[in-house]
Amino acid sequence: MNLPKIPLADWIESIEKWLENNLGPLFDFISLIIGGTVNGLDDMLRGVPPLVIIALFVVLAWFLGKWKMALFTLIGLLIIENLGLWGPTMQTLALVLTAAIISVVIGVPIGILCANSNVMQRIFTPLLDFMQTMPAFVYLLPAVTFFRLGVVPGVISSIIFAIPPTIRLTNLGIRQVPGELVEAADAFGSTPLQKLFKLQLPIAVPTIMAGINQTIMLSLSMVVIASMIGAQGVGEYVYRAVTQGRTGVGFEAGLAIVILAIILDRLTQKVVQRTEKKS
Amino acid sequence: MAILEAKKLTKIFGDDPKKAIPLLEKGWSKDKILKESKLTVGVNQAEFSIESGQIFVIMGLSGSGKSTLVRLLNRLIEPTTGQLLFNGSDVLRMNPEQLRQYRRKHIGMVFQKFALFPHRTVIQNIEYGLEIQGIEKKKRREMAMESLKLVGLSGYEDSYPHQLSGGMQQRVGLARGLANDPEILLMDEAFSALDPLIRKDMQDELLELQTKMKKTIVFITHDLDEALRIGDQIALMKDGSIVQIGTPEEILMQPANKYVERFVEDVDLSKVLTASHAMEKAETITIDRGPRVALQFMRDRGVSSLYVVDRSMTLLGLVSAEDAAAALKDSKGLEDVMQKEVPITSPDSLLNELFEMMGNAKLPVAVIDDTGRLRGVVIKGAVLAALAGNGNSLLDGGDSE
Repeated sequence: MNLPKIPLADWIESIEKWLENNLGPLFDFISLIIGGTVNGLDDMLRGVPPLVIIALFVVLAWFLGKWKMALFTLIGLLIIENLGLWGPTMQTLALVLTAAIISVVIGVPIGILCANSNVMQRIFTPLLDFMQTMPAFVYLLPAVTFFRLGVVPGVISSIIFAIPPTIRLTNLGIRQVPGELVEAADAFGSTPLQKLFKLQLPIAVPTIMAGINQTIMLSLSMVVIASMIGAQGVGEYVYRAVTQGRTGVGFEAGLAIVILAIILDRLTQKVVQRTEKKS
Repeated sequence: MAILEAKKLTKIFGDDPKKAIPLLEKGWSKDKILKESKLTVGVNQAEFSIESGQIFVIMGLSGSGKSTLVRLLNRLIEPTTGQLLFNGSDVLRMNPEQLRQYRRKHIGMVFQKFALFPHRTVIQNIEYGLEIQGIEKKKRREMAMESLKLVGLSGYEDSYPHQLSGGMQQRVGLARGLANDPEILLMDEAFSALDPLIRKDMQDELLELQTKMKKTIVFITHDLDEALRIGDQIALMKDGSIVQIGTPEEILMQPANKYVERFVEDVDLSKVLTASHAMEKAETITIDRGPRVALQFMRDRGVSSLYVVDRSMTLLGLVSAEDAAAALKDSKGLEDVMQKEVPITSPDSLLNELFEMMGNAKLPVAVIDDTGRLRGVVIKGAVLAALAGNGNSLLDGGDSE
């Protein structure tokens, strides 16, 4: 058998070319929004003295969890500051938060659409599988083509990689609202929007929060990869340490990511638990 | 006047439901249609008419289509064909906005598993229907509080549903259904999830509310006792079709077919039959007759006592043969010798209540209607006969009153 190879690579590249040539203004606009959000957050986080930010996090941890969580937050953030990684860690946090916020803004409505339509769900399920299993490095190339080097393509590829859990769990959370409750809302004459905002979303909140938690964790796992295309932050330190073979520096930067991950994870989990308790 | 009227109301589940309609019209059974066309008949050409202020019970075993039928009435399930008239206007032709108004203003619903919103407090649950209509907060809170009071739960407004017992939760469900003051209340197995004692309380309360508020209630149940207890009309369903519609007595005494007969054969008649079914004609004498006439009457009719009444049949007392003989000797009138303490009951009291009452009474029980007139008398033997299941003859006797 000697069938000719399907020129898939050529096709993909010509699609990429076409998009680049024809949708340039759109990409510039997206770039502006994402770049603006990251830089805004970054300025905010690094504009105030580290101790103020640390205090804010500790208070939040105290408020959401117990003193143990507050203590861990305090020590963890002080270690980061002590290692001299405060600045890059805050840059990373800005990137992760931006990716998470945009994932929620896009992902929750898509999840709602999927929950209300089996067709949409059938379209999105394989798409989400694809997005999650395609090696994340592959996203870097088109992201760079469309958005050039820097933090924006980093955020974009983080979003592609990290948005699926938010969509999936929003869909799931709404579908899990007991049929009887939906019937009750209908029986009293709710409009679809009233049903969504007064019943389905409030009940789905714990599940949606679990999705957002996973989205944050996944985008944090993207920071090192994103640093390869010029996204600044603590990932950059890891990447540089790897290329230069400096284990110690790599470990320090890695530790900062771990601490940040644990704090973000515990904080969002506490939010999930609180919303669960309420409903 | 009929408030809700169904004509050939039909629901078929499946891919191309209209295909089954000619088959239904040919009289095919649910099973045959499922086999031949893969379509499931939910409700088969239901015809009924519900009078305003009635409790209309739809009864059947699980799978009989009763829950589907009740959902056709507010279009939670979209009927396949047929007509549904609410005060003469066709519900099936309403557009989404009209349908919403119909659901908001005219038809409330109470669910089997309560279906209370877990993230809302009791009062927020009750005011949900008002809130989505855009009624302002103060007004709707007032209306909801009124509704909460009606079901006897004042003081629980700020609790969450999971903090309440099942019976209390269903009261909240009822209050929510009543809050926007709909003409019709649909109750889908509303008491089935409650334990038997609470259930009976709720039935009593529903009947009481009904006398107060004069709602039209469509009540779904699989429990015949419940149907007989609260229904003015009962529609019995099997395989999606209504097998018989009638008053509780008609269902019991004149079952339309073998299915209904089998359904009702285990019914505890004492909970259904009333004094008016078991009573016999009372032997009476008007008060202006003398004791001699009384004794003559007793001899003629072969009885040992007579009820003394006035000309409009108002019961005054009871005179026995000994009393009459004594009156004759002392030349007194009947009013001087008659016994004024006579056990009485109303035509509507159930035989099981009556049975307890008769256990320790020597005299038969006189049946007195609302206006105080003597309608008949119940003797112990007749109650026992009724409880033994010999109901048919009793009903005929009772109806001839």
